[in-house]
Amino acid sequence: MHELSLMSQLLADATAAAEGAPIHALKVRVGPLSGVVPEALRFAFESLIPGTPAANARLDLEETPLRFHCLRCHADYATPLGLYNCPQCGATDSELRGGNELELISIEVPDHV
Amino acid sequence: MCDTCGCGDPHLHPHDHAHDHAHDHTHHHEHGHGHSHDHVHDHAHGHAHPPARTIEVQKPALALNQRYADQNRGWFRAKGLTVFNLLSSPGSGKTTLLEHTLRAVPGCAAVVGDLQTENDANRLRATGAPAVQITTGATCHLDAHMVAHALPKLNLDGVTRLFIENVGNLVCPASYDLGENRRVVLLSVTEGEDKPQKYPVIFHNADLVLITKCDLAEAVGFDRDKALTIIRQVAPRAQILEVSARTGQGMAEWQAWLSS
Repeated sequence: MHELSLMSQLLADATAAAEGAPIHALKVRVGPLSGVVPEALRFAFESLIPGTPAANARLDLEETPLRFHCLRCHADYATPLGLYNCPQCGATDSELRGGNELELISIEVPDHV
Repeated sequence: MCDTCGCGDPHLHPHDHAHDHAHDHTHHHEHGHGHSHDHVHDHAHGHAHPPARTIEVQKPALALNQRYADQNRGWFRAKGLTVFNLLSSPGSGKTTLLEHTLRAVPGCAAVVGDLQTENDANRLRATGAPAVQITTGATCHLDAHMVAHALPKLNLDGVTRLFIENVGNLVCPASYDLGENRRVVLLSVTEGEDKPQKYPVIFHNADLVLITKCDLAEAVGFDRDKALTIIRQVAPRAQILEVSARTGQGMAEWQAWLSS
């Protein structure tokens, strides 16, 4: 439900970075622990872009995996949401190393030489 | 994935034209969504597709909320407050838990979020503790900015613990840091043991999972062992306490945890 307000923020950041140029593409990184559903983010994007500098932009979503580092056996592992135990030793006290991101990585604008 | 614009829907961009133009593929031609190219063209595309330039941004969508959350955290520290963010689905007993807690523990205050009405703040003020309502309108969560605006409305003289009762919702509030010290996620026995599996994000960051309404456990056939196993799986770092505000079960442990 909050994808719309988060997408508004990403578009505002993209527009500011573009400094008046039309935006060809936005690259957004999204992890499973961000609490955001990629499909809902796309829907919000399509709803919000008409009439903006990103009206014709492409949304590139980079979906990152959920990554942990086991504090007991030091294994690094990726795992689905809801299953956090270390697959190697079974420990539960692992440290989150990635997968909670929701960020605007970069934008593409025309290269006026 | 649609190769034309990356929108994920191949049906939006039917390219039923034949074109044999030569151009490099770093271009991004401008187009609206839902167009169709039903013409034949064989021109070189250089004129319509200026090369693109990438601007690095690297900015989290919640950067602004994070700034307010960090400000709140500093403010809380300066005031000597320990702050608890209470999260759960609607009707799992946040307000009832707080009514009992505010009566039993001196030096508490509360901020409570709902879409509409002052009802919960009225209930909490009736305990004698300071409480302020945030009505969010249509917003499904509290953010750090809303909390920052509510804080000056509270008389915090002698207050050492502040509870922020979030909007009843197991999805969106998970993403918003309010500047709290600790996160408490409530699961009432009437909601079903597997709820933490269905909403893993909010449970993942819990410092404490509070199983509430335990006086109703038998009546609703609550499978305690199953619930505990599931909570430990999705919230491996969280402590778990079982309470009933109505009978007082577990309330001493809850109060001890607040001071731990």
